[in-house]
Amino acid sequence: MSKKELNIFKLLSQKPWEASQAAIDNEHDGKTLASSKARLGLRTIMVVSTVIFSLFVVSYSDRMLVHDWVSLSEPWLLWINTAILILTSLVFHMAKIYSEKNNFDKSKNALFLVGFLSFAFLTGQLLVWQHFVSIGQYASTNPANAFFYLFTALHGLHLLGGLFFWGKTTQKLFTSNFNITKTKQAIELCAIYWHFLLIVWFILFGLMIST
Amino acid sequence: MNMDDEYNNKIETKAADSSSGSYAPPVEKIPAKENAEQDLYHAKSFWTKWVFCQDAKVIGVQYALTATAIGMIGLILSWGMRLQLGFPETFSFLGPATYYQSVTMHGMIMVIYLLTALFLGGFGNYLIPLMVGARDMVFPYVNMVSFWMFLVAVLVLLASFFVPGGPTGAGWTLYPPQAILPGTPGSEMGIVLMLVSLSLFVIGFTMGGLNYVITILQSRTRGMTLMRMPLTIWGIFTATILALLAFPALLVACIMMTLDNLLGTSFFMPEIFTMGEQLGTSGGSPILFQHLFWFFGHPEVYIVALPAFGIVSDLISVHARKNVFGYRMMVWAIVIIGALSFIVWAHHMYVSGMNPWFGFFFATTTLIIAVPTAIKVYNWVLTLWRGNIHLTIPMLFSLGFIVTFVNGGITGLFLGNVIIDVPLSDTYFVVAHFHMVMGIAPLMVVFGAIYHWYPLITGRHLNQTLGKIHFWITFVGAYAIYFPMHYLGFIGVPRRYFEMYDSPYMTSGVGLNQFITVAALIVGFTQILFLYNLFTSWYKGEKSERNPWKANSLEWHTSDFPPTHGNFGKELPVVYRWPYDFSVPGSDKEYIPQDVPSSQVPTAKAERT
Amino acid sequence: MFVAIIFALIIIASIIFHFWSPWWWTPVASNWGNIDDTIILTFWVTGAVFVAVCLFMSWCIWKYRYNPDRKAEYKPEDKKLEFRLTALTALGVVALLAPGLVVWNKYVTVPENALKIEVVAYQWGWNYRLPGNDGILGTTDISLINDENPYGLNPEDPNSKDDIIVMDADLHLEINQPVKVELRSYDVLHNFYVPQFRAKMDTLPGIITFYWFTPTKTGDFEILCAEYCGTGHYAMRGKVLVDDEKDYSDWLAKQITHEKMLAQNKENKKLLTAEIKN
Repeated sequence: MSKKELNIFKLLSQKPWEASQAAIDNEHDGKTLASSKARLGLRTIMVVSTVIFSLFVVSYSDRMLVHDWVSLSEPWLLWINTAILILTSLVFHMAKIYSEKNNFDKSKNALFLVGFLSFAFLTGQLLVWQHFVSIGQYASTNPANAFFYLFTALHGLHLLGGLFFWGKTTQKLFTSNFNITKTKQAIELCAIYWHFLLIVWFILFGLMIST
Repeated sequence: MNMDDEYNNKIETKAADSSSGSYAPPVEKIPAKENAEQDLYHAKSFWTKWVFCQDAKVIGVQYALTATAIGMIGLILSWGMRLQLGFPETFSFLGPATYYQSVTMHGMIMVIYLLTALFLGGFGNYLIPLMVGARDMVFPYVNMVSFWMFLVAVLVLLASFFVPGGPTGAGWTLYPPQAILPGTPGSEMGIVLMLVSLSLFVIGFTMGGLNYVITILQSRTRGMTLMRMPLTIWGIFTATILALLAFPALLVACIMMTLDNLLGTSFFMPEIFTMGEQLGTSGGSPILFQHLFWFFGHPEVYIVALPAFGIVSDLISVHARKNVFGYRMMVWAIVIIGALSFIVWAHHMYVSGMNPWFGFFFATTTLIIAVPTAIKVYNWVLTLWRGNIHLTIPMLFSLGFIVTFVNGGITGLFLGNVIIDVPLSDTYFVVAHFHMVMGIAPLMVVFGAIYHWYPLITGRHLNQTLGKIHFWITFVGAYAIYFPMHYLGFIGVPRRYFEMYDSPYMTSGVGLNQFITVAALIVGFTQILFLYNLFTSWYKGEKSERNPWKANSLEWHTSDFPPTHGNFGKELPVVYRWPYDFSVPGSDKEYIPQDVPSSQVPTAKAERT
Repeated sequence: MFVAIIFALIIIASIIFHFWSPWWWTPVASNWGNIDDTIILTFWVTGAVFVAVCLFMSWCIWKYRYNPDRKAEYKPEDKKLEFRLTALTALGVVALLAPGLVVWNKYVTVPENALKIEVVAYQWGWNYRLPGNDGILGTTDISLINDENPYGLNPEDPNSKDDIIVMDADLHLEINQPVKVELRSYDVLHNFYVPQFRAKMDTLPGIITFYWFTPTKTGDFEILCAEYCGTGHYAMRGKVLVDDEKDYSDWLAKQITHEKMLAQNKENKKLLTAEIKN
């Protein structure tokens, strides 16, 4: 994919003041990476989110070692929510494939399904919260609960942010002459973000059930 | 048009033949970039032009003005503190609670809301598109939202002055458990608003940072390779990457502390017996907060310092009419310092009670950072060496920067060396050190940069006489404040003491403290003179010619002066050289701007080796 | 000219201030004199760099001041010079770091004959506990703290019975006796700092931190809290009195053990309830 490879060591050893280097540099078109700005924007966001979640995971692992640690009581509903999230990612992948084949009607349907499933997931997470509260498992009850509420809330907020862009993308498909290249890319990038959130959820959920 | 997002390199490498020869024949003028133009939002009304504006230049000015306004509050808070420390009998209007609230707000405002916002939000927004030859940031709308998030963060911070209990007095490090327990002023609403404000700042900053990084990587004009960028851009670029990776740690710490405070969780709260009762928390780790805080906090130092390093390199080069000495070394140093800044954070925690064996590791990494930093200092001085130095105001401030930065840097070698930190940590030595190295030194650069780029922004010069007065009082005064302050630390005077004159061996510091207070007031009031200069020169200042300093970088070579929306005229400039072609041998021109092809300076390239 | 002179004068004034100003550290009163030596070494090395760089800069300002007839030198880089400067700096850094780490190693290695004492910090004051005849401090838990058991000592732990309780801001130490201070806090972070001893460490709720030193001079030394701990931080003082052997044993004889204190507290409580009944 990348016609341009960024070799940092080669780059940093250039001597920009030398004539031979100048001849090469004059032809440079000013882009460093062979990627669109939207894609790079998404990647940056994902990197920042990864740092946030990693620091929480580190905090979790540190807190876990203290004597007062009590494991989380996992309700079965969490497994259903996980299944819904996996399904959402699959459907998003299909939406992306349809759009690549310029089959935008099917893509539109798939996107609707994605929205429905995502909201179902969020509702499911809220139901788990409600269940926890009803049996007296508050955030202050024990640290595992605190992390559970924190993780689900943050993951949910990330998903809501994604749904904002999902809304903008789906809306585009309803305008009469939308920009095909841009829309295709938007669908693809949203799909990548959903897969990213699925992986994040696997890690967080795996961490919570295994300890 | 639909390909404007996609990478689309239509130019085949014409330079293939030049790889065999040692130097290329003089290049004819190369056509401007074929990449389609960016869609720019063209403002139609007053509101979209000056308030909800998407032009990075206006956003930069908005950031700078907001940061300056909140910075003035930080300055005024410091006067109250200094009066209390110098003359506790005469000025008794500050109680201990108010004093600690002033300390906290002063620190937080200066580090985050003034310096970070000014360097990245202010200079970053203004200079990045202009210096790399872009029409604007890649996501102008997100950039605008970034500023408004910052403004809301500032307003939330200000609101905390008016809530019951006042703003937080937890110290700018906000260490739990103390920050959220009743023994600390502002532990009711103040701390909550502080945490919310910081979180908003981080989110807003991420939006801006996204723009700075991607604009620098992808939106440069033809011929502007990474190694042809001015060091200003290298500094801002590296600092932004640090910020994107470090601010999440602050956000994480803020979120967990908010939950500890509002929901009663125990992330940072161990078992505590306070004010005669058990608190009911258990198992949390206050040290975990410190790790998170300093994992953000140390890179934060370089988030402020690296843009300053970059800007000062350019100022020295332009005003000494000489290329930056060892440009490559300067870039490497910036990158190495940035990378190392993530593995030194625990040198703020040598006496925090963490495992003492960490001390060996962090002392070593910390002192290693001294090497690239020292190289930068040598190269600044070597740029002056055999230069042709104009003692303009930007140059004076750059010289002031070198002195204060070297002074503050070497005291860092004291504190970074773990065993020396033991007696000196939490004393006035630390206060003097960080004010010198990340307060005064970067501010010298900020002032130098403002005197340097003010003509570009407004088309007028700042008043030179007022400028010289401003420089000498600020530089000599600030040095007189912080240099002797180190010695208070040697005596053993601890920081964050509301008053301490009843202590027998510390009475020796009384005279010194009074001197520092007087100097601080003088320096503080001089900044008002500067603001006066800033505002009156806007409409009364001497008109500046285009490119008054005879600089090479692109921001001085726009189609309109001062640059207007879209920055450059019909065609984007094409870059043919690095920005430091000053006093090139064999050329009759004293300086060759970046967008001048070799064909227009026939003798210049050939004679060089 | 004028500018170069002022810059040079500032550097010279700094040197004069360093050597002739009255503000300097208090004489060391513990075994940590080699921390002072490390600081002096750092002063010479870094001071030399500071003076050299800044004076060279001042000279450049004067020598290479603007002259319309002169052209600046064009020299993008000088690998040799830069390499030499880098190597020299690296050498300087090693010279600072190596002795520092040797002393730090000493600082974190507690000698076997050190007397263990406990320093308890709270908002805003200091208390102490000595191990008693067995030389062992009994275990504690914050959740055990109440009016009768103000230190939260574990009543099950036999080592706690003979622990000597010093509920006072003054701590007595014996001269030339190495001490390992174990630091504990009930509430927030504090820091046990005596400037003359050159040593310090934070106290934290939930964990026990430590450091060691040997007092080498008799006299009174002020304890300062060196970690911000709330509104009363500046008033959180105490005193260490370093005694010779005789004074120390006299003082020690007057202190009471934990067992005795518990009994006294119980007695007091009985009296109090009896009074209320009457």
